[in-house]
Amino acid sequence: MKVCRRSFLSLVIGGAAGTALSPLPWKLIDDSSIWTQMWPWTPVPEDGEVSHVNTVCSLCPGGCGLTVRKVNERAIKIEGMKGYPVNDGGVCLLGLSGLQLLYGSTRVKTPLKRTGARGEGKWEKISWDEAIAEVAKKLADLRAKGLSHTVGCIAGSDRGTVAHLLGRFLTAYGSPNFIRTPSMQDSYEQTMYLMQGAQASAGFDVENADFILSFGSGLIDGWGSPVRMFKANSALKNKGKLVQVEPRLSNTAAKSDKWIPINPGTESALALGLAHVIIKESLYDYDFVNNYSFGFDDWTDDQGTSRKGFKQIVLDEYSPDDVAEITGISYSTIIDLAKSFARASKPLAICGRGQGNTPGSLSEFMAVHALNALVGNINKKGGVWAVPDPDYIRWPEVEMDINAAKGMRANRIDGAGGKTYPDSRYLLNRFPEAVNSGKEYPIEALFVVGANPVYTLPDSRAVKEAFDKIPFVVSFSSYMDETAANADLILPNHIFLERYEDVPMPAGLQKPVVGLSKPVVKPQFNTRHVGDVIIQIAKAFGGGIADSFPWDNYEACLQETLGRKWDTLNEDGFWLDSNFRAPGWERAFDTPSGKFEFFPRTLAAKNENTFPQFSPVEPEGNEGRFPLILIPYDYMRLASGFIGDPPFAIKTVEDTVLKGNDILVEVNPKSGRGFREGDQAILSTPKGSVKVRVHLFDGIMPGLVAMPRGLGHTAYDEYLADKGINFNELIGTVEDPVSGLDAAWGIRAKLTRA
Amino acid sequence: MSTLDDKAKEVSAEAVDEAETESPTEVNEKKQDNGPWGYIILFFIIGFAASLVIGWGIFPKVLYSQKKQPIDFNHVLHVAAVEEGCESCHFFREDGSFSGVPKLAQCVECHEEVQGEDPNEAKFVEEYVAKGREVPWLVYSKQPDCVFFSHIAHVNMGKMECDTCHGHIGESTHSKVYEENRITGYSRDIWGKNIAGLKKNTWDRMKMDDCAECHAENKAVPKTVETLPWPISWMPRPYEKPASSQVRVQIDKDACFVCHK
Repeated sequence: MKVCRRSFLSLVIGGAAGTALSPLPWKLIDDSSIWTQMWPWTPVPEDGEVSHVNTVCSLCPGGCGLTVRKVNERAIKIEGMKGYPVNDGGVCLLGLSGLQLLYGSTRVKTPLKRTGARGEGKWEKISWDEAIAEVAKKLADLRAKGLSHTVGCIAGSDRGTVAHLLGRFLTAYGSPNFIRTPSMQDSYEQTMYLMQGAQASAGFDVENADFILSFGSGLIDGWGSPVRMFKANSALKNKGKLVQVEPRLSNTAAKSDKWIPINPGTESALALGLAHVIIKESLYDYDFVNNYSFGFDDWTDDQGTSRKGFKQIVLDEYSPDDVAEITGISYSTIIDLAKSFARASKPLAICGRGQGNTPGSLSEFMAVHALNALVGNINKKGGVWAVPDPDYIRWPEVEMDINAAKGMRANRIDGAGGKTYPDSRYLLNRFPEAVNSGKEYPIEALFVVGANPVYTLPDSRAVKEAFDKIPFVVSFSSYMDETAANADLILPNHIFLERYEDVPMPAGLQKPVVGLSKPVVKPQFNTRHVGDVIIQIAKAFGGGIADSFPWDNYEACLQETLGRKWDTLNEDGFWLDSNFRAPGWERAFDTPSGKFEFFPRTLAAKNENTFPQFSPVEPEGNEGRFPLILIPYDYMRLASGFIGDPPFAIKTVEDTVLKGNDILVEVNPKSGRGFREGDQAILSTPKGSVKVRVHLFDGIMPGLVAMPRGLGHTAYDEYLADKGINFNELIGTVEDPVSGLDAAWGIRAKLTRA
Repeated sequence: MSTLDDKAKEVSAEAVDEAETESPTEVNEKKQDNGPWGYIILFFIIGFAASLVIGWGIFPKVLYSQKKQPIDFNHVLHVAAVEEGCESCHFFREDGSFSGVPKLAQCVECHEEVQGEDPNEAKFVEEYVAKGREVPWLVYSKQPDCVFFSHIAHVNMGKMECDTCHGHIGESTHSKVYEENRITGYSRDIWGKNIAGLKKNTWDRMKMDDCAECHAENKAVPKTVETLPWPISWMPRPYEKPASSQVRVQIDKDACFVCHK
């Protein structure tokens, strides 16, 4: 027998025929098609029991209520909580992307101790016991040397139990240096204090206003509580008007009824010019001005000197002609705007540029607030309300030992509350300079909680230098952000979806509300609640410090503090003071005169040229060398606070803002001669030079360059890091003469070919 | 002369030689005229038979791996002990979703302590209840991820019985071997025990055709699932309704996505 080629072919054909008549090929086709849908990297939603957990967001000061949908133990989707007094069912892009912060790759999973150089990214995993022991030992050493005041704490908020625990710890330990990160809240609080004598936040009844005059506030760009503002802005379309005054056609300006471009930094001049017209035309609220205000007319101070009143100063110095010259807005526009504002039934003037992440000039806030007072829209429906903090944290006074008392007598490192700036509470903008110059005293240890100062503070280089000077930096960040990356020790907090925390006073709300963050899922990693860590560090000290923290853990502390509110908070997710009414005008003003002060007496005693005066905040830099002015802008799709954009959010940023890894700066075609759309350029300011691309945009005034905030991260994940430029690298700080807060709104710049 | 003769002889001798050398080959060729076809057919049959054996016999054995359930479960025993039949453990949640295989929490309601002497019971309590671990049950009826199936639409609205699809699982005293498809990772029960895909009972197979068959029979409206007589890729694009009324295909908006994710 001899097998030939034909036999072999025959075998194959026979095999093929047999195979075709067997189920093998058909079954394999079917199975392989299913297999292609089953690749392990294909995301498959969890299947199981669906449940919903209500919680409160603390990613920005907005404090929205959230309802998180869960399947089994996995959080699947974040939605807005229906009926929550802030957002009533709405949610913003950042909140929506919160799950990526929970399950994403940027989490710090366990306590870490630096092993390499600062910022090198070399870490050693350590246990919680070791971490707490290390912090306690360092603090005890400093205290023993009488250096307790050289310990500082930078926190994202000074409200709620966590911030109070931090403050309490510093007091018991002996340091006055608790510093809140800056925002427009600082300027509004000080305005409320100086003009109304109220220790209160400014609340804006935007839902009931029918004419909103916004001095650069990005109502739909993330100002205040973003979701609430979006809703209010939509509602306003049917019943009122929004006039947006700012040098750039922001999204808010584009959607407003009228956009008035203004020379940047001259907003307070416009406010005073509008006051001029309102007073001259007698369009102001007589009842309020005559009966409940002080300093409108000329007055005599304690020394018997006669002083010009608000009315006279404004009439003398801020005629529409003068103001037109300063602001670049036409005479007729100023007149029309003043009349339509004063004639509206519920006019409301607001300020705080963009998302309100910078404090700005105090005189601007006061000038804008004076407009509200002129039309009598203070503490009234549709107006600005002074909202006191909900008073539920009533802990016994800290019993300070000798060391603590000595430490607490030291001056604050940032100078807040000192001789120069007696009315300011926190001046973080002065912190880097104070540390770098070492004039007051060196900072030996720094805690950072709910903040990312290395990224968010202006003048990044000075901030970095200051951090390099501080020998012991402890970050409590849940994420590997810029500050954590430059720390010595990271004690990761649970993220907001994993922890209990009270979230009082959503930004800009006119009612006292306390929300409750609740654990939606179990902590995913070896993290620990910052409240627990503080209590444990205090207990490690023993003595008076430990005695000031009588709670077993944070949850016990929170429950005890909230008392009867605890049940309401757990069930409804929030507590609203139902007895709270608009404070009205009678007995609402706790100023020296007992009235609303157009001319704050406390200021008048000190410096007569501060208010009501337009004293321009000059942008840093030489006009000859830097012919343009760089201003920042905020944008709803870019989170510019202590949290960076999660991947979902960064993907929505259009390519006129970020193209690939390149940031685009907006330039008017008139100023950008020689540049074509998308051209590479070098943008220089006195603070530094960066590579950018040019976006020619008619919506920005000539002479300006605008850059978005929220880009240029060096930390976080590959989706965010190294994309664009951090605006803070290019700008410095300018101290406001009255508040000491950062009043810089821009910086001189030039664009050259790359 | 002799030369000529010699030459002639030589020639003839050569001729004879040639004839002699050629003739056996011819004979052989003649013999093989019947032989090659025999082999060809033989090899065809061998190939044919072997592939049938492989396709029908060996392939299914290789395709599926045999797995045992972590705990041998006795349905009969449980059905006798509970009051509401299948729904005692396999119930609808408040939102209408189906609970499927019970979670440990449900089992613990009765099985906090070891009951009886079955070693499986002891193992269950020891390894899962005591440690609070979910039992990794292997689910025979789990459909691929791309399939969306609503139990409540079928059981409550369609008034279907459990055994129409699941068979008489409630009458089993032991958990049968779970045969896992090595390619897809799903149970053999979806394709059916019969490798040819033939079925005798409604629950023997649970492919799309089986859904379609029942939907067509019962004219389940409004979203009737009917299969195409040809692959979907042959359809004119966009999927317009063909003139022939013979083609029964859902071309409404969302039609595919009622059942396919």
